Amino acid sequence: MTAPAIDAPQTLPVELQDRRAPAWWGVVCLIATEAALFAYFLFGYFYLGSIARGAWPPHGPPELRLALPNTLVLLASSGTMWWAESAIRRGNQARLRAGLGLTIALGAVFLGVQMVEYHNSDFGPRTGAYGSLFYTITGFHGAHVAVGLLMLLVVTARAWLGHFAAGRHLAVTNTAWYWHFVDLVWLAVFTSLYLSPRLAG
Amino acid sequence: MTSTTIRPAEPSAGLEERLGRIWETAPGLLGVLGTVDHKTIGKRYLVTAFLFLILGGLEASAMRLQLAGPERHLLGPEQYNQLFTMHGVTMIFLYASPILSGFSNFLWPLLLGSRDMAFPRLNALSYWVFLFAGLFLYSSFLVGQAPDRGWFAYVPLTEGTYAPGLNMDFYALGLILLTVSTTVGAINFIVTAFTMRAPGMSVNRLPIFMWGTLTTSFSVLFALPALTAACVFLYFDRRFGMHFFDPAAGGHPLLWQHLFWIFGHPWVYIIVLPAMGMVSDYLPVFCRRPLVGYTFVALATVSTGILGFGVWAHHMFATGLPPLSTTFFSAASMVITLPSAVAVFAWIATIWYGRPVVRTPFLFAAGFVVLFVIGGVSGVATAAVPFDWQLTDTYFVVAHLHYVLIGINLFAVIGAFYFWLPKMTGRMLSERLGRWNFWVMFVGFNLAFLPMHLTGLMGMPRRIYTYPAGLGWDTLNLITTIGSFVFALGLLLFLVNVWWSRRNGAVAGPNPWDAPTLEWSIPSPPPPYNFTVIPTVESRHPLWEVELGEGARSRLDVGPTLDTGRETLGTSALDAEPEQVLRMPEDSLWPLLLGLSLTVTAYGLLTGAWWMAAAGAALSAVAVTGWLWP
Repeated sequence: MTAPAIDAPQTLPVELQDRRAPAWWGVVCLIATEAALFAYFLFGYFYLGSIARGAWPPHGPPELRLALPNTLVLLASSGTMWWAESAIRRGNQARLRAGLGLTIALGAVFLGVQMVEYHNSDFGPRTGAYGSLFYTITGFHGAHVAVGLLMLLVVTARAWLGHFAAGRHLAVTNTAWYWHFVDLVWLAVFTSLYLSPRLAG
Repeated sequence: MTSTTIRPAEPSAGLEERLGRIWETAPGLLGVLGTVDHKTIGKRYLVTAFLFLILGGLEASAMRLQLAGPERHLLGPEQYNQLFTMHGVTMIFLYASPILSGFSNFLWPLLLGSRDMAFPRLNALSYWVFLFAGLFLYSSFLVGQAPDRGWFAYVPLTEGTYAPGLNMDFYALGLILLTVSTTVGAINFIVTAFTMRAPGMSVNRLPIFMWGTLTTSFSVLFALPALTAACVFLYFDRRFGMHFFDPAAGGHPLLWQHLFWIFGHPWVYIIVLPAMGMVSDYLPVFCRRPLVGYTFVALATVSTGILGFGVWAHHMFATGLPPLSTTFFSAASMVITLPSAVAVFAWIATIWYGRPVVRTPFLFAAGFVVLFVIGGVSGVATAAVPFDWQLTDTYFVVAHLHYVLIGINLFAVIGAFYFWLPKMTGRMLSERLGRWNFWVMFVGFNLAFLPMHLTGLMGMPRRIYTYPAGLGWDTLNLITTIGSFVFALGLLLFLVNVWWSRRNGAVAGPNPWDAPTLEWSIPSPPPPYNFTVIPTVESRHPLWEVELGEGARSRLDVGPTLDTGRETLGTSALDAEPEQVLRMPEDSLWPLLLGLSLTVTAYGLLTGAWWMAAAGAALSAVAVTGWLWP
């Protein structure tokens, strides 16, 4: 390896805004540890399922009537978030604000539908271990959506204040990563809780 | 994105004065509460963790008085339960890991040639939450309801039915709070290691201590959530009547054990690997040669961290797991001794091929190797399933875990204090008192814990608050009690030495040990900005290059000054080539406010005061927003 040139002056960027930014590394680490948390929750689900003496889930698989469209809503919000972020990379402020607004709306719809689903459900967190798992896992995910929404609200406020530009959008990028992660976790939760019992037949 | 031109220069008085003004913490209360200086935070970590060590030690002393002879009733059974539980919780969670975080926080930027950690405010948060989680756990004594079901809190004994009262709620919520501190700390170490190294400090030039802390930081990211999940389940079962661990409603008690030990065994390596790393760095200084087998020791460190995730069920051999599982975990537990053996042979070879200078840190390092081998052998023994069946939950296991945790953690840590405290305070500790300190601790420790193997082999179960006479345990227990007080006296000598050195210790100067790494190239104690100019590193031992006949290639006396604000250099992840100038934050009260809000939330959840929990959560959101607002 060649010695870094320290004898001559060199020009360096101040605070890179890409994947070399410490804040980006930090968000990736946060995502890794949060992903592990959901993996352990799902471990609990599969562990208790594998040793269940009766049917698992005890009440049959949870209904898809609301959950499937709701999954599509959340996926769509990842699309709008991506749209917003790619806009600010090119300095397009209007599209950034529109994209953030759409993402917040879709995220709020997701949480609302989840509330309706809870309301309609014929079992609760105290009904049995399955209910405890179902509500804890989907509830923790819902809490993550809520935190994501708070982050989006702050980023939106900053977007309206004109904090971001083509070369200055790290907060948008990091929030986008977190939001995509929350969507991905939902896909894992949805596959485990809603789809896997159907595969087992 | 802006850019700036960095110009290399030599240190000058004017430059030092300018940097001092930029980096100094504000005087007064605001500075005390708002400082983000990694050296201050590191020292706070060390002092706080040591205070918890003393508390845990007092709890142990009370238990040893009780067990000194048969049928003693100094403590009642409930008191005894609270003491042994809090002793374990304190030592494992509030001492062993935070003390290493203290060394890492103080030392990392100095080892790296950097001016601070990647996220100085996160560092402050990590400390405040650690402190508050410790106070939260200890506040349980104020209401007479300290955790009392053992540090691994097995269900169903910890479920609401069998453990009413707040005891185990303090445990579950206190540990969840503590995971926040440990996790943000780990993230800070990982990002610092990959973005903040001095130019030229490629990954193969990192001190082994950094490999240790870096490995354990990754382990923290992936292991700690298992504890969080377990404690969330426990709290929900207890507070909301859920059924995670209730077999009558589809739950299962082994779910707790699996989750707890999936966390618990990696945690064992989390609290020893950085300590092993510290020894790998300071032992060679007293052998007057570089560590033998640097690459092997670095790889052994990483592979121990990874293998540590595959051995958790060896804590569960007696639970009736299928033979296929126990066989797998038994084999894995034996395999994990291989990287440990690599490290042990590297230390022995370093002593063998070196010219040992027997100073106090060397004594502690050598004692550490001996205790590591004894603890390792009893560990291999219990990795064998039938042997484990015989000895599980006896004092043999207690002896084993104390050899590992005191041997590998505490002896390494006290040695590290003798080595690095002069860097922190500018004063040397007394060498004479240091020798007394080591020998009293070493003799006391072995007197206490070597006979304990026998006590266990003779069948004494752990955690009993007293025992009848005539079972053959009486003399052994008396010896253990005497040994534990000798050991405590040894620790007291250390404290006396620290106290004495503050006024009377010889002035250390920058490099009292003629040691090879960057922290020894700057004054003791270091100035607020650490390095006047950012050094450029061309080997693993920048201060030994001349002695080793390599020619002085590293440049410590000329480099970028970065003196237009709180700035340090960001370098590339593997080769550490200069990439960017990083602006570092000023002092801030947000970390303290966030720590307080999280603690308020924990108390709200503890007492079922939901308005309080909600207020704490809302305040946390405000604090995070205020923190991140530009």
